[in-house]
Amino acid sequence: MKGVARRLKQDDNINTDYVISGRYKFSIEDPRELARHIFEDIDPGFAGRAREGDFIVAGENFGCGSSREQAPTAIKAAGLKAVIAKSFARIFYRNSFNIGLCLIECDTDPIDDGDALEIDLRNNRIRNVTRNSLIPIKPIPTVMKRLLADGGVIEHFKKHGGFTFDA
Amino acid sequence: MGYTIAEKILGARAGRKVKAGDIAICKVDFYFGQDGTSGIIIDSFRKLGSVKPYDRKRFSMVIDHSSPSPNVGVSTIHKKMRTFAEEYGVGLYDVGVGVCHQIIPELGHVVPGDLVIGADSHTCTYGAINAAATGVGSTDLAITLATGKNWFRVPETIKVIVDGKPPKGVYSKDIILHIIGRLGANGCTYKSVEFYGDAIERLSVSGRFTISNMAVEMGAKYGFMEADRKVMKWIGQHSKRQPKPVFADRDAQYEAVKEFDVSKLPPQVAKPHAVDNVSGIEEAKGTRIDEAYIGTCTNGRLEDLEIAAKILKNRTVHGDVQLIIGPASRLVYLDALKKGIIETLVRSGAVILTPGCGPCVGTHGGVPANGVNVISTANRNFKGRMGNPNAFIYLASPATCAASALEGKIADPRKYT
Repeated sequence: MKGVARRLKQDDNINTDYVISGRYKFSIEDPRELARHIFEDIDPGFAGRAREGDFIVAGENFGCGSSREQAPTAIKAAGLKAVIAKSFARIFYRNSFNIGLCLIECDTDPIDDGDALEIDLRNNRIRNVTRNSLIPIKPIPTVMKRLLADGGVIEHFKKHGGFTFDA
Repeated sequence: MGYTIAEKILGARAGRKVKAGDIAICKVDFYFGQDGTSGIIIDSFRKLGSVKPYDRKRFSMVIDHSSPSPNVGVSTIHKKMRTFAEEYGVGLYDVGVGVCHQIIPELGHVVPGDLVIGADSHTCTYGAINAAATGVGSTDLAITLATGKNWFRVPETIKVIVDGKPPKGVYSKDIILHIIGRLGANGCTYKSVEFYGDAIERLSVSGRFTISNMAVEMGAKYGFMEADRKVMKWIGQHSKRQPKPVFADRDAQYEAVKEFDVSKLPPQVAKPHAVDNVSGIEEAKGTRIDEAYIGTCTNGRLEDLEIAAKILKNRTVHGDVQLIIGPASRLVYLDALKKGIIETLVRSGAVILTPGCGPCVGTHGGVPANGVNVISTANRNFKGRMGNPNAFIYLASPATCAASALEGKIADPRKYT
């Protein structure tokens, strides 16, 4: 997966209110419409700056706070292909793989805004093409890999008639 | 090696012994969504194909986050929920019944030992009554609605021991703000927390809900407490279901143990724009306040309104402050009416909202103007949380909010109690 790094004005503890504000998510159901407002309260103009296929790059505890599934859905609808962060909050983590959005955990300090990146899930690393460096990533758990491979939990469920990862 | 509360409840629902780190498919006892999340539950449920609710009595939807509806978009979602409830014969608590985290336990849907998921992050509230309750996304909820089950990663557990008798004017909200300030917003991510200690034992069930409610603000999946006599009595008054209290084994394995002494704790305030940006009242005192909000799933219970009313009785809210009160449920509202609490609050200058939680999430009912400082009993003070990124939210106890509403600035409630 190739894309360009997009860093936000805030690095750590980007909560799901900041991904998509409650004042939009309660009254707008169309994900593409929500996508126009992502990160508006902490980084106005981000939605206009990000391009189809980019990766969000952040620090610790990305996605903390509310359980709103609109957060990963709006990121995906904006055409962003993955979120790369030092760590993720629990509910956002599940929600993202459930809707087929890839999350990568690694040290994000060696990534600047605008860096060209190649995510290599097979070898668990990111190649920072701009800096010509390799960053090891935490392997994605098997459960999440299967959900991602099927395109999300609904597709996984329909394909297999249930979960495939008990015990 | 013994088992933690999370390991025992998840194991019982999986039908096998499980340990931290395991993945288990578990039967879920109760599951629900609110009006900010049910729209997607319904969409995801329909996307699953020709499925029916696995057990319609174990599911309910609650209209509380924008209630009554402030605009056409929300009204459309509410209508979609009502139509779905009718089509499948599932439960719906409509406008005015109350905030999901008050009414789900209050109306008897949760008992000790249960496994509960809610499409709302503060579902961890019911840890106070010994339930493994946690927030999930709408699609996860839809899967459970169709199958009665879901997959769970068994979390590691952090033991939090809170001892000491807090001084007068210091409440459970101050205790949990203090703990979050110390452990941080990322301090318990994906962990189960078990709260112990004589400070917890001293609290009412209502006060305990406030603490478990905010466990997610440090990233926790569960915020357990033991089902002691107070809890069992409370359950007897609210549910006909059989409680199955679960206790951790003496040799259960904890990832960490954190100890707190609250015997000298001053009232606490979380300052903008992070819940873990906590200080004692001295540091925040004197900050101008334009709006005060007492309510939400954290602090909208009878005990909270009563504490506020005691401070506000025969006094008048500062002329530059609007004081907004949101009873957490219809039952809380009725009890507060009977006890004269509502009259006291209204006479002081407060306005009373429909039971619900709109102001906390910025949907309606007190959206602040640019530059406004709000003091609130809610659980989040993120930038823009109340509907305006140019406002500033301070979190505190109902007592501190009431005292601050009187003085027009952040005030120490201890002189009023």
